[in-house]
Amino acid sequence: MIDNEINYDSEPVANAGDNSSNPTTSAYPDWRKDDNTLTNAGLPDEEQEWFCDARPQPARKSWQPIEDFLNWARANSLWILAFGTGCGAIELRPLVTSRYDISRLGMQPRPTPRQANVFMIGGYVSIKTLKRIVRSYEQMQGPKFVVAVCSCAINGGMYWDSYNTVKRIDEYIPVDVYVTGCMPRPEAVLAGFTKLKELIKAGKAEGQNLYAEKFDWYKENQKKVIKDWNMPDYNW
Amino acid sequence: MSIALKIVWAFISLGVVTVWGLTLNGIVHKIFARVQGRLGPPVWQPFIDIAKNNAIRTAITHGIMFYLGPVFRIAGGIGTYMFIPVLFGSAYFSNFSMSGDILLVMYFIFFGQLGMALGAGEGGHPYSAIAVSRGLAQMTAFEVPFALSIISLVVQYGTLSITEIVAAQQGSFLNWTLFTNPLAVIAAMIAMLGMNMYNPFSVVIAPQEIPIGPPTEYQASFMGLLATNRGIFAGAKLVLYMNLFFGGATNLPILMLKTFSIYMFSVFIGAAYPRFRTENSIRFFLKYPTILGIISVLLFSL
Amino acid sequence: MEQLYNNLSLQFELNDFMLRHGTQASFIAKREQLVSLLTNLRDIHGYTHLVMVTCVDWLEDKLFQLTYIVHNHHDQSDIIVKVLIDRDMPEMDSIHHLWEQGRVFQRELHEMFGISFPGSPGQDEPMILEGWQGPPPMRRDFDTKEYCEANYSNRERDSREPEEHMQRKLYPED
Ligand code: SF4
Repeated sequence: MIDNEINYDSEPVANAGDNSSNPTTSAYPDWRKDDNTLTNAGLPDEEQEWFCDARPQPARKSWQPIEDFLNWARANSLWILAFGTGCGAIELRPLVTSRYDISRLGMQPRPTPRQANVFMIGGYVSIKTLKRIVRSYEQMQGPKFVVAVCSCAINGGMYWDSYNTVKRIDEYIPVDVYVTGCMPRPEAVLAGFTKLKELIKAGKAEGQNLYAEKFDWYKENQKKVIKDWNMPDYNW
Repeated sequence: MSIALKIVWAFISLGVVTVWGLTLNGIVHKIFARVQGRLGPPVWQPFIDIAKNNAIRTAITHGIMFYLGPVFRIAGGIGTYMFIPVLFGSAYFSNFSMSGDILLVMYFIFFGQLGMALGAGEGGHPYSAIAVSRGLAQMTAFEVPFALSIISLVVQYGTLSITEIVAAQQGSFLNWTLFTNPLAVIAAMIAMLGMNMYNPFSVVIAPQEIPIGPPTEYQASFMGLLATNRGIFAGAKLVLYMNLFFGGATNLPILMLKTFSIYMFSVFIGAAYPRFRTENSIRFFLKYPTILGIISVLLFSL
Repeated sequence: MEQLYNNLSLQFELNDFMLRHGTQASFIAKREQLVSLLTNLRDIHGYTHLVMVTCVDWLEDKLFQLTYIVHNHHDQSDIIVKVLIDRDMPEMDSIHHLWEQGRVFQRELHEMFGISFPGSPGQDEPMILEGWQGPPPMRRDFDTKEYCEANYSNRERDSREPEEHMQRKLYPED
């Protein structure tokens, strides 16, 4: 678990090598109705209708005592969407068995992003997976939290010089808790969840609002590495 | 008692059965966990889940039927419950049982599932569609033995009113339908396995195969509504079974005891058996329980 | 195995025979004869299972070595056929008509090494590298570190001795 400090004013990640002309921003007509909507420029014409072009809005919080109670409820009923991107994902399975049993903490694995609250990323993230990660993350509802398991998700781990692995995912989606290790023991993952619970109860896990506020920054980073952007800009 | 007072009491008893149904669900999760050698979630976990689901800040919809799906479902649950007398002989806990009979209740049991099928279909997720088709197929299958055993009961007691059926079973416990018409009870209990959707008839929600069945696309307060309905519907079904087959109840502790034991029947079977596939379960329902139901109808009508 | 090799050499131009573990033979074949050799192995000698097709980059010799492994289920033996092709104009005959799964291997080789297999279905579709714009990444002259530094940001590593770190964390007072 490390501190998560990002400089949001920094230039979006690196330059995309010698392919500076980004095909996703220029080659398509501008569909925007006004400045506040998204272009969805990567989609073909016939699919434009299917997706919404509103941008995410930061959610309002309720009155503080109620919010405190709700945070308690959220912390005690974490539904996990596990994305087994890499080898570290194998460590989630022991968690639901009788030895570690996360269900006693009110957690349960959930097979669909619509109903999950915690997005668990298990390992290295390649470009192809990053696409799916962004999509699944945006489909999750409500206050949503991200737990990134494994060193690879933090700084590239043993894939630090790989041609196809992004090295830090907190530049593409907001991450609440990291669990280090290659691979982390189930106890470490449990400790990560405990930390996440503390953060939620303290009202500090507001990754969703962060994503909505810094939406352009995140999108720009995502589009820098995903060179064939062929999905809606924001899908939910 | 004036109708306004009746409505107030009906809603109070609805609250009671919701809490009791959700607690039962929590207990069931605990039992499943203990059978698997785990500690299991706390008994009040369903309540926390409902609070959390209702507090989710964003939600999406896929159209008007998508909205109406959970509403139909919960209307089915409440409707089932509203026409069942909860405590025999109590003026307060008898809901509207004087104005509806057993056929209406049977209709309500299946109304909710049909509404849910329409709503989940509009979600557009392929897994919902698969689960809906499986669910409806299985539902029509277990409806046959259930309806047969109800017919047998109606023939036996010569009435359609649930209150009168309960009244006929009072006195010694040997008057219960369980002892006067055992074949119908067996058929109906097997049908209940299908209704509760625990193993071996859990292919509809098959958690490892098609994520979670019809509600795949439902989130946030839709989920809250569906989870609340699980409590209401479980309670209503159990009270109905208790009334029809196990002599009803005259006070709340007896009601809790009886519903708990009826529920445990399907839970123990669910914890011990593997899962049927759809075609297997349909074949099963249309074979043994149906035969038992037909025999019991014949016994009482000849 | 040796007998099989001798039989085959009457028909095809083979060399560099090597036998390992008694059941694993390998030899180098000519590029033009490969498809007929594999057809022969599959239909006459019972090597019906294509285990894999892979590639070795001999950068210094300016050659790609394609390696085809076939397996015989009756006597559990393997044959490794190697073919050397030109590295600057990498092109090879497709074997997808012999084994359906051949096209998956060929698609991967096309993506990772830039070898083209004319006629192999779907070989231009991306397999793992969606939207890849650089040179084929498995070639040895592709510098992954340089590419990685140019495209993905880095996070400073900060390494700790686990024993010391845990001691400081768990017992801060001593
Ligand atoms: S940190 Fe280790 S275990 Fe985890 S994904 Fe990376 S290589 Fe695999």
